[in-house]
Amino acid sequence: MEPKTSAAVCGMGHSMKRKEDPRFIRGQGRYVDDIKLPGMVHMDIVRSPFAHAKIKAIHTEKALAIPGVLAVITGETLKGFNLHWMPTLMSDTQMVLPVEKVMYQAQEVAAVIATDRYIAADGVEAVEVEYEPLPVVVDPYKALEPGAPVLRDDKEGKTDNHIWHWETGDRAATDRAFAEAEVTVKQDLYIPRIHVASIETCGCVADFDRVMGKLTVYMTTQAPHAIRTVFALVAGHVGLSEEKIRIVSPDLGGGFGGKVPVYPGYVIAVAASVVLGKPVKWVEDRMENLQADSFARDYHMTAELAAKRDGTMTALRIKTLADHGYTDAAANPSKYPAGLFSICTGSYDIKTAFTEMDAAYTNKPPGGVAYRCSFRVTEAVHAIERVTDVLAQELKMDPAELRFKNFIPADRFPYKSALGWEYDSGNYPAALRKAMERIGYDELRKEQAEKRARGELMGIGICSFTEIVGAGPSKDFDILGIKMFDSAEIRIHPTGKAIARFGTKSQGQGHETTYAQIVAEELGIPAEHVQVEEGDTDTAPYGLGTYASRSTPTAGAAGAVAARKIREKAKKIAAYLLEVSEDDLEWEVGKFFVKGAPQKAKTIQEIAFAAYTNHPPGMEAGLEAVDYYDPPNLTFPFGSYICVVDIDRGTGAVKVRRFMAVDDCGNIINPMIVDGQIHGGLSMGLAPALFEEISYDENGNISGGSFMDYLVPTAMETPNWETDKTITPCPHHPLGAKGVGESATVGAPPAIVNAVVDALAHLGVRHIDIPMTPERVWNILKEKGVAE
Amino acid sequence: MAQHQIQVKINGTDQKAEVESRLLLVHLLREKLSMTGTHIGCDTTHCGACTVLLDGVPVKSCTVLAVQADGREVMTVEGLEQGGRLHPIQEGFRQEHGLQCGYCTPGMLMTGYALLQKNADPSEAEIREAISGNLCRCTGYVNIIKSIRHAAKAVAAEPAAK
Repeated sequence: MEPKTSAAVCGMGHSMKRKEDPRFIRGQGRYVDDIKLPGMVHMDIVRSPFAHAKIKAIHTEKALAIPGVLAVITGETLKGFNLHWMPTLMSDTQMVLPVEKVMYQAQEVAAVIATDRYIAADGVEAVEVEYEPLPVVVDPYKALEPGAPVLRDDKEGKTDNHIWHWETGDRAATDRAFAEAEVTVKQDLYIPRIHVASIETCGCVADFDRVMGKLTVYMTTQAPHAIRTVFALVAGHVGLSEEKIRIVSPDLGGGFGGKVPVYPGYVIAVAASVVLGKPVKWVEDRMENLQADSFARDYHMTAELAAKRDGTMTALRIKTLADHGYTDAAANPSKYPAGLFSICTGSYDIKTAFTEMDAAYTNKPPGGVAYRCSFRVTEAVHAIERVTDVLAQELKMDPAELRFKNFIPADRFPYKSALGWEYDSGNYPAALRKAMERIGYDELRKEQAEKRARGELMGIGICSFTEIVGAGPSKDFDILGIKMFDSAEIRIHPTGKAIARFGTKSQGQGHETTYAQIVAEELGIPAEHVQVEEGDTDTAPYGLGTYASRSTPTAGAAGAVAARKIREKAKKIAAYLLEVSEDDLEWEVGKFFVKGAPQKAKTIQEIAFAAYTNHPPGMEAGLEAVDYYDPPNLTFPFGSYICVVDIDRGTGAVKVRRFMAVDDCGNIINPMIVDGQIHGGLSMGLAPALFEEISYDENGNISGGSFMDYLVPTAMETPNWETDKTITPCPHHPLGAKGVGESATVGAPPAIVNAVVDALAHLGVRHIDIPMTPERVWNILKEKGVAE
Repeated sequence: MAQHQIQVKINGTDQKAEVESRLLLVHLLREKLSMTGTHIGCDTTHCGACTVLLDGVPVKSCTVLAVQADGREVMTVEGLEQGGRLHPIQEGFRQEHGLQCGYCTPGMLMTGYALLQKNADPSEAEIREAISGNLCRCTGYVNIIKSIRHAAKAVAAEPAAK
């Protein structure tokens, strides 16, 4: 798509170099831990060594005797303010600090405040806690067995560990379709606990001004406005009023969903600042981050497909069990307990489907945040894309051919899926065809046959995913009842430059650049002269934040609509200045001109100046607009990925030799940034597919709790990603754009698993759970008699 | 806790400080000297966000004690720009979109800078190996490798930039 604007204006379609980079490449970013306020003190946290234990006593005397230790805060301290429990987004409850018992290893037990972070750590060592261990439940299936210890005995009348049950689709019709099917396949799948592990951990500086009664919290949050409202609702009874709460989300070192929840540490730091009247800094270390912050996935699935002998899919049935840890603190703003899992019919025209989902409590930290995906979409895509390959294997069909046979045809959009979603636009065959051409699919199949004859293990895997992003329409989403619009406020200065503020918050996605380009596209003001701000609740318009690939679908749309409102006013001013009727004017990037007399024109800069100096009588001065955009639908980006792997028969190590990603996210604002988002997303798909897992032993002891054994891929394991695109505009977004940040994380894992299984299919291998570590793969090779 | 007087040349300027034995170099930089360009991303020397050069060699400043830097030279990200002019490694990261959230960037820049000091024309494999102690969660490394290549070419075209 050719850009409509010049390079000087730099609207949509230009790979503008990022406006945020000059500070980052000089080490002048301002992250939470860089903030130092006068009189600031430091907080560190005492954590539980047990996964389930009664707290018999907490002895703080030794800690308080250390010079520099100012206070030790326990559950009892917070109970005095009724702040020891807080609500979760899912209407469950979560401890800030425990009074009775701990529910997972590394749970917060007490907090030490000291003048220096080293002294605070000394204080943590000196706090003595007496525990009485209780029976531990780590397996969600065992948690649901009769007689399992009831973990949430704080909930009156609770007699088991079951959280909720949810069904969607037509059970009877699906059962009938399976009974009548020519072919059926069934596959169990498990996606383990994983952690986003953004390179910056979480933390805050809480600063309560006793004189003005104002609380300012500099905080690693992807959703500052929502946090402000949550604080006002949760702590209203102790006098925190929303106008006196300011949340500032400064530069964030990655988010990926992990910086959506309200963690106990934030709340304790706020309480400490209120109690001490000093700014309190809390920054967790990496082990705390991995062991106690919210996790993603931990999802057990059984997926079944029914089909005709010719490969036509007729029905899908999926049953799942989610392990939520000790509380359902899922970062799931949808109105459905399992989020958007019902996208699981994927890219295929499956007319009948039914899903049945349950959730259980266990002695693990709160699970169920995202890992760079909208809630439960990765799980859904993993299930459909894996079981599709299982069907191909059963039918001895090429997996590409099976996909082409079942794709929703391009002329059927908007398409209503069996589970109720209206897919906005798509052209699935085009994306897969392009990926196959770009990677040379037919030649690769020939090479594979030759290698197989020589005993070498090479596999080719396909994933043709459909994503569902941009939360979201108020019929499907809300947070505490607040609808999931997002916002933009644009002000044009007299000299024709602009400031634009948004309700979202970039964590590396480059909003300062792309949003400026949106304003440039709509108003013709060069993007370099559009200052973008977000993350300060005192100045930015209310919005729900950045996650779920929602910034472009919601706030980006709001930016375009607000700019168009400005253009409407600008037109009136131009008509006045040119002494013509508005109907005689036409817009061309950056100016209004008189139809048939293009030399009679007023640029946006001239109009902006006039808005303050010479505006029409009766019109108010100024040139600005605000828009709160409630999207009519979600956006459905899609793509086809093809992965080529080689497996070492001596070690079981999987090497991703090539990976071709063809993505379609509708119209593109900044191609360079979109490409970067896809590279990053692919890497966060590779990671859980091959390396990352957080597991627990039967006593609830964590393994994978530091970077020693939680293996974030380095440059050595990460392949040279190859990317391409198709463009199918979104019909309902003002710019025709869709979200893109998460597509690759959703689409990559099944492509990699499908490739590894494909390499071993001739040995009778049908499925491998992730992470496909060398050990796991080598054991399969050994079992099949091909290990070296 | 024992206190030590140390003197460290940081980005060409002598800095004196009184430090505890246990103070980490990264905290000397960030907390005592308010040079916050060097970041902390883990506690186990894995992520490399805290990479600085100690006598020209990249080290992870979260596992070096400040007292170990006594009498030595430290270079941080703040030392790359000279006389208002960006170093080619910085320019390379901007041109090739080698950063997103910016958090790993200072460590990547220092590792890349050190690599170019000893290898003016590194191959992709050499770059991958050199940055294998620096984790990035945003970029997938592809553009970081391009950024370092970009810088190598710029240095070759204009040796004075080195």
